[in-house]
Amino acid sequence: MTDACNSLLLAGREARRQRLQVTGTELVGPYTLLRLERGELEPGVPGQFFMLEAPGRVLPRPMSLCQAPPGELTFLIDAVGPGTRTLCALQRDDAINVLGPLGNGFDLNVHRPLLVAGGIGIAPMPYLAAALGDPPAVLGFRSELHAEAGRLLPGAEIVVEPRLVTQLLPEDLGDVLACGPEPMLEAIRALAPRGQLAWEAPMACGYGACYGCVVEIGGRLRRLCVDGPVVREAA
Amino acid sequence: MPPILNASGCLDALTAPSVARQLDAFVTKTVTPAAREGNPPPRIAETEAGMLNSIGLQNPGIDAFIGEHLPQLTGLDVPVWVSVGGFSAPDYAEICERLDDEASVEVIELNLSCPNVEEAPETAAQLVAAARAATTKPLYAKLSPATWDVAERARAVAAAGADGLSLVNTIRGLALDASTRRPKLARDAGGYSGPALRPIALACVHACAQVVVLPIVGMGGVTSPDDVLDFLAAGASAVALGTILFSDPLAPSRIRAELDSARTPAVVLSGQVIHGLARKSASQQVLSAE
Repeated sequence: MTDACNSLLLAGREARRQRLQVTGTELVGPYTLLRLERGELEPGVPGQFFMLEAPGRVLPRPMSLCQAPPGELTFLIDAVGPGTRTLCALQRDDAINVLGPLGNGFDLNVHRPLLVAGGIGIAPMPYLAAALGDPPAVLGFRSELHAEAGRLLPGAEIVVEPRLVTQLLPEDLGDVLACGPEPMLEAIRALAPRGQLAWEAPMACGYGACYGCVVEIGGRLRRLCVDGPVVREAA
Repeated sequence: MPPILNASGCLDALTAPSVARQLDAFVTKTVTPAAREGNPPPRIAETEAGMLNSIGLQNPGIDAFIGEHLPQLTGLDVPVWVSVGGFSAPDYAEICERLDDEASVEVIELNLSCPNVEEAPETAAQLVAAARAATTKPLYAKLSPATWDVAERARAVAAAGADGLSLVNTIRGLALDASTRRPKLARDAGGYSGPALRPIALACVHACAQVVVLPIVGMGGVTSPDDVLDFLAAGASAVALGTILFSDPLAPSRIRAELDSARTPAVVLSGQVIHGLARKSASQQVLSAE
């Protein structure tokens, strides 16, 4: 059974909110891939995100779309706190409210894309790779167990700490599209000032209401939900 | 049907117009004389029964608000309440004087209680008196629940010329990271909101309604029609939604629809009428009935 879908104009774009059923979950290394029926929600542009109700919690959690198989939306989740733990514990036929897509995704008008991700930053990469025709990709993980998530992006080069993704990058970077922890993004920004970087911050609403998700990027505080999460520095 | 507003700081109507249009009036984020970048991140943290925020009154300042934001807000066709903040009585007076000329401002809400910035040295009543001298617009005093006698403060701001009360602001709280035992927020403590605040807010509304005849906008953890009825029974004439908007941007329509269809138990209403709601248009009524 699918509940009613509501449409909202948020930050100049249409987002929809609907209660969606869980179609299944699977472990990917230490992460959980949560599969939801798509309902009437649009998958949006790679790098955009959805606010997922975390049952029993006061606030929803922002998650970028991992894959958009027919009729489904999938999200890769790292159980790092009470909200993500409750999302990872969802079972088939449970249902949660989902709002999205939200925020600015990646600009797909690139000539020589190179995907770079660290840890759970792999989350938006499968959907992005599908949109760009499986370009080269470099993934970094903190352990062999975490690196099992690399199977979501077949063909990617994988490094495990203490080696870092930045050590594996070619000299001529092309168009970098990256997602990962802040130190990795800062390192990539130094190497590729015009790269597209997907940032992360605690977020209450995801649609510009709470002013909680600001991140200092290039010396300015930005609301990541409406100015990001993908940010491209001006040249 | 009781009016439903948003709590100041919990909605940006220009970013989310279809949320603002569900409301009987939109209350702006607090405006201060000069622009403020706000507090450094992290600014929010969830707890078991609520959330902490430390935004720090980020706003464009009164010049940009009047010049750029207010004309756009007026275009939304929702009555506009402007939340005013400052760091001294002259700050409040200056902004109220500026807003006094703006026909599209229905009500001025005085934020006398932000837990995330340094407070003005004057008492709430002195700040209300300064604002009263600067404007003829309806003035609603937003009070903190963190006071030994909120009713006494309500009496004082009423005597100083307030036309209504907004009860309550957030209450200061602290959350620690489980692994480091360090504060989760960059400024350590923040304003606590959400369901945990509701009984505290109800107690404040109840206490103030006994001693003043002013209309009261009740707020603090309202998430359901039952919560609305609680606030009305305690003495509020309207409610404002805060934290619930973050998880459910359709909450105003949902709560209104559920209130409509529920068999509403008898609630003794305060009889006070909230100011500045008349401009609600027919088109919004249709939208809110969705």
